[in-house]
Amino acid sequence: MSANAQNYNSWLHRFIVVTAVATFLLLGLGGLVTSHEAGMSVPDWPTSYGYNMFALPIKFWRGGAFFEHTHRLLASAVGLLTTMLAVWLWFRDSRNWMRWLGVLAFVLVALQGVLGGLRVTLHMDNLGIVHGALAQLFFVLICVLALFTSRWWKNSVAAVCDRRSNSETSTAVADRRCSNLRWLVLFTTLLIFGQLILGATMRHQHAGLAIPDFPLAYGKIWPDTGAFAVARYNADRIEVISVNPITAFEIELQMVHRIMALAVFILVAAAAWLSWKQLGGKNPLAKLAFFWLALVFVQILLGAATIWTNKAADVATAHVLVGALSLATGALWCAAALRHLEPMSCIEPAGTISGAFGAHPALAANK
Amino acid sequence: MKASPVLLLIALLAVSTAVRAADIIGTITLKGTPPAEIPITPLMDNPDCAAMHKTTPTTHFYVVGPNAELADVVVLLKGVTGKSTGATAPPAVLDQKGCLYEPQILAIQTGQKLVVKNSDQCIHNVHCTPTVAGNDEHNDAQMPGGADLTYTFPQPEMFLKFKCDVHPWMFAWVSIIDSPYYCVSGPDGKFVIKNVPPGKYTVEADHRKLGSQTQDVEVKDGNVTANFTFEVK
Repeated sequence: MSANAQNYNSWLHRFIVVTAVATFLLLGLGGLVTSHEAGMSVPDWPTSYGYNMFALPIKFWRGGAFFEHTHRLLASAVGLLTTMLAVWLWFRDSRNWMRWLGVLAFVLVALQGVLGGLRVTLHMDNLGIVHGALAQLFFVLICVLALFTSRWWKNSVAAVCDRRSNSETSTAVADRRCSNLRWLVLFTTLLIFGQLILGATMRHQHAGLAIPDFPLAYGKIWPDTGAFAVARYNADRIEVISVNPITAFEIELQMVHRIMALAVFILVAAAAWLSWKQLGGKNPLAKLAFFWLALVFVQILLGAATIWTNKAADVATAHVLVGALSLATGALWCAAALRHLEPMSCIEPAGTISGAFGAHPALAANK
Repeated sequence: MKASPVLLLIALLAVSTAVRAADIIGTITLKGTPPAEIPITPLMDNPDCAAMHKTTPTTHFYVVGPNAELADVVVLLKGVTGKSTGATAPPAVLDQKGCLYEPQILAIQTGQKLVVKNSDQCIHNVHCTPTVAGNDEHNDAQMPGGADLTYTFPQPEMFLKFKCDVHPWMFAWVSIIDSPYYCVSGPDGKFVIKNVPPGKYTVEADHRKLGSQTQDVEVKDGNVTANFTFEVK
């Protein structure tokens, strides 16, 4: 067994996986809060209806307050888990950069909690967008921490890029293709993050569905967003729950969201195809890329279903969750590529664990 | 006792003004068929609220009478500002009853007290969301049987939204007018703006969904009529 395999801490890894699952559930509860327009149902913070948050009588856990209050409780639990995680990493992980990632997780979760509270007490809808976006980043961070503490990360060796055509291409060409693939996945992941920010912005306008039909938009490929048309859209729609009137900006926002969804799908499909072509179908990164493609496909279906169900809260929340998984999958691919996808010129012939560490000066320094 | 000439003059002017002040009356009607109202099913999914209703209530954006009379239209004198008597006017009341706001459309004056009641046996949060600078946003929990909440708004604003985030189907709009010359059309579509001093005015009628219409009138000795017809396109 190698030295790195000996350093593998299964309990730490399991603890981070539990934290990631709890964070994912927290994302879902946060999504339900916004989907049910319940973000302001408990007007005070950190107290709840004047009670200590942890002692709020169950009779008040009703309606929108149920979602908001349970969101606060689960957020507290995730905050506690993250604090423990940061302390554990600080004292038990030999890698300096991992220690600081633990600190970063702690700072992010603390900031996230304060942002959530200020969004309530300052009555600031726009803080909800920041709160939603930061939640996605925090989830990604916990997921990559789980990867970095996994047995796979410690044991895996670098794969040679363009293995299938190795005999036909030069090392330089293979390196370039390898690099291009990594940049493609990184760019696509960033685009997904941009898409999630767009989605969060749409949700925090609290205006319901800006466009009620799909794939067309108000029966057209591009809807009329003139003042008269928007007034007519508002006059025609009957809102059951309290949402703001729609504006031309919100209609255009949803159109951009649709276009970006198509762009993301094309790019993820390209990444999956290139991974398969360059790494081979059995390569974990190629498998992950195809899983990614499946997620994005489901995500597009959920986006359509969100419209077809008139933004049913559970469907809209599932859309948020699969979006988070899509982002995390792209980020995990990029992180895994650090370990598993090396330019050929960097690979040591033996392909040993120490060779893999040797490919990363930053990692090697903290080995 | 000898009357002061100045006091006599003031009294004469007051009497003269009172005699000459008139009402602006009218009827609001709707042309066309409005979108169908929708049953508020989330209300019936909530046990606390469902217990207060035998049938599922519906939305009521378009309250239309048998002869197309249109209710819930706010009618006011456009451009008449700084005349508010809100500070001395009796408080207006907005009630939360059966997990619905009652009324859904209300108009008050700047500086007038708005009392929000909770007649239900469940908690509500009263959340007003003004968009005009100077009117403050409030979000207050109101327990069952809790004390009334009182708000005032210093700036005129049309359709300031009140909502309950615990029960997101609960919402009402309160228009804040900077004069006493306004009213909300009733179920018969009729409105009366009382005691308008002589002069030329623009009467404005605002519906939450159908927008705004105006009409110029001149008040002289008698009542003036200004009818409005909104159209669903």
